[in-house]
Amino acid sequence: MGAVRSGSLARYIGTRLLLAIPMVWILLTMVFVLMRVAPGDPVSAALGARLSADQLAERRAAAGFDAPILQQYWDFLGHIVRLDFGRTLTDNRPVTDIIVENGGATLTLTLAAVILAVLFGLPMGLHAGRRRDKPDDIVIRLFGILTFAAPVFFVGLLFQLFFGKALGWLPTSGQASPVVQATVETKTHILLLDTIIAGDGEATGDVLKHLVLPAVTLGLLTLGVLVRMTRVNVIQTLGSDYVESARARGIPDRTVVVRHALRNALVPVITVMGLQAALLLGGAVLTEQTFNWPGIGNQLVDYLNNRDYTAVQGIITFFALVVVLISLLIDIINALVDPRIRY
Amino acid sequence: MAGRFRRTLATVRSTGAVPRWLLYIGGATVLVFTLVALAAPLIAPYDFDQYRSDGTRFPKLGHPSGDHPFGTTVQSLDVLSRVIWGARTALEVVVLAVVFSLIIGVALGLISGFVGGWLDRVLVLLMDALFAFPYLLLAIVLSFLLSDAIGSGVVTTALAITVVYVPQYFRVVRGSTMSARELPYVEAARVIGAKPRTIIVRYLLANVVQSVPVVATLNAGDAILTLAGLGFLGYGIQPTEAAEWGYDLQRAVSDANAGIWWTALYPGLAITVLVVALTILGEGLNEVLNPTLRRRRAFAFLLPGRSASTQAPVLAAKEPR
Repeated sequence: MGAVRSGSLARYIGTRLLLAIPMVWILLTMVFVLMRVAPGDPVSAALGARLSADQLAERRAAAGFDAPILQQYWDFLGHIVRLDFGRTLTDNRPVTDIIVENGGATLTLTLAAVILAVLFGLPMGLHAGRRRDKPDDIVIRLFGILTFAAPVFFVGLLFQLFFGKALGWLPTSGQASPVVQATVETKTHILLLDTIIAGDGEATGDVLKHLVLPAVTLGLLTLGVLVRMTRVNVIQTLGSDYVESARARGIPDRTVVVRHALRNALVPVITVMGLQAALLLGGAVLTEQTFNWPGIGNQLVDYLNNRDYTAVQGIITFFALVVVLISLLIDIINALVDPRIRY
Repeated sequence: MAGRFRRTLATVRSTGAVPRWLLYIGGATVLVFTLVALAAPLIAPYDFDQYRSDGTRFPKLGHPSGDHPFGTTVQSLDVLSRVIWGARTALEVVVLAVVFSLIIGVALGLISGFVGGWLDRVLVLLMDALFAFPYLLLAIVLSFLLSDAIGSGVVTTALAITVVYVPQYFRVVRGSTMSARELPYVEAARVIGAKPRTIIVRYLLANVVQSVPVVATLNAGDAILTLAGLGFLGYGIQPTEAAEWGYDLQRAVSDANAGIWWTALYPGLAITVLVVALTILGEGLNEVLNPTLRRRRAFAFLLPGRSASTQAPVLAAKEPR
């Protein structure tokens, strides 16, 4: 029995991995085509005002823009396979450096947001689902709609005004105070971890304080979706036959809800949260911009403003790969949790 | 006609109190915003880029007062007028984007679902890739490229947003087309020798189109957010072209750091209220137009992968992003 089960799981993961390859290929091709259909020449767009014609031609050759288009495409794919996302045009920096240096901030922000959303969203959705169409259900649903409808940057600005300025409780900009930023030794590129490694409690506190408002802002965005999905699925599982039969056998309500209903309601919720990865990354770009948070999204906006095509191409490619990877992981987790998926 | 109207009213009345009120409140609010947008030149006290009148410049970051009930910005623009003109911009962009993506998405979905084969597989793969792409980034990159190519403006922004929503219509329509294709009435049409064109337009489109208003309403709300997000990052409508709420919020970031609230609050509230209204209108419509869907919605089980293509897309499209 055990062998059969692990065999089908392995087969499922294998198939899923194989299916991800065309997806990645299409995404990469899409990025490549998008960045090439633009008229004009990226090098002059980024640097035209600053360099002479000869220097521009040199830069164009260095960036590979003088090669035939198919050669460029092939090189692009080949580089990505080796996790080389190219170099920026404006400051000739490897995009991988940007990902390493600024990725820590983005990772801290998004993880904190997801943790907050799960911590509050699951109980809220469960409660609303159990008390369907009662006043508290309606309030929670409206709250869910509100968190989705209010743009992240607006919520962020309101938080800044209220908690930052009016009450003066929390900092509203950056990842840490300048002193902390300057003194903490960089080891992991994740500032929070670095301060913990350094054993500097005060610096850790400072970083955490800076994290609160951006994380809550981004967390609210995901929270709404999570609440809605949990609610719908809890309602659905609570109406199913096995829950009814569990109740009929006299199993206490609490146990039925947590062990039978919530557990089964979670599979689709996990799936949907995987789909939300794209939403979360988009939200992170906006949140980083609102709070001047030094993440990858912030860099992306800077390079967009400088019309740096290769930097934009590299960062976008990285984001697209992250989304594919997350959906892959989610599917594998679901297969582990739910035998029906792997057959 | 009259009978049909009465039937619709009867369905509205027969739905529960909560969805009915959602429908009314959402619909009324959207209507108010539309009227404000249409009548902007009449209602707005000033032009969207007007910073003085009668030879005197408006105050810089002036507090809300009699002349400027919502205050003024750092460029001495009247916030109330910007909010009102912003409704017009939002309406223009969103109507264009929804119509564009509807036409493209429905057409592609019908063809893909009806023809099947390799065309279907290629389209599905493409649409899945578009769907997986972080939507805001897609819109940013597109408007970044489009504004280089054809210049910025309402149409450019609408086009950038269009691409984001095409996959949603595609999925919904393709799913319903595939299930409708095998139904007896379509088979009967085929047997009596109807051309594929006739089958698609007369039989499939009519059957599939009922799920569109709900998706369109919810997408409109979403599109407002995308437009604002683009504006906030500096990639939407340029400030010289029209008033745009997202752009105003971007300018408000530095004001917020100085503790000035009115430049952020009003445009932000306008976005939030409009999107809430569109969302609850969409949810209300969902329950009224599609009673079967309402029951299925409570029982729809989302499994990963492409198997959940008949009902799940409606659900997927409903999830706020």
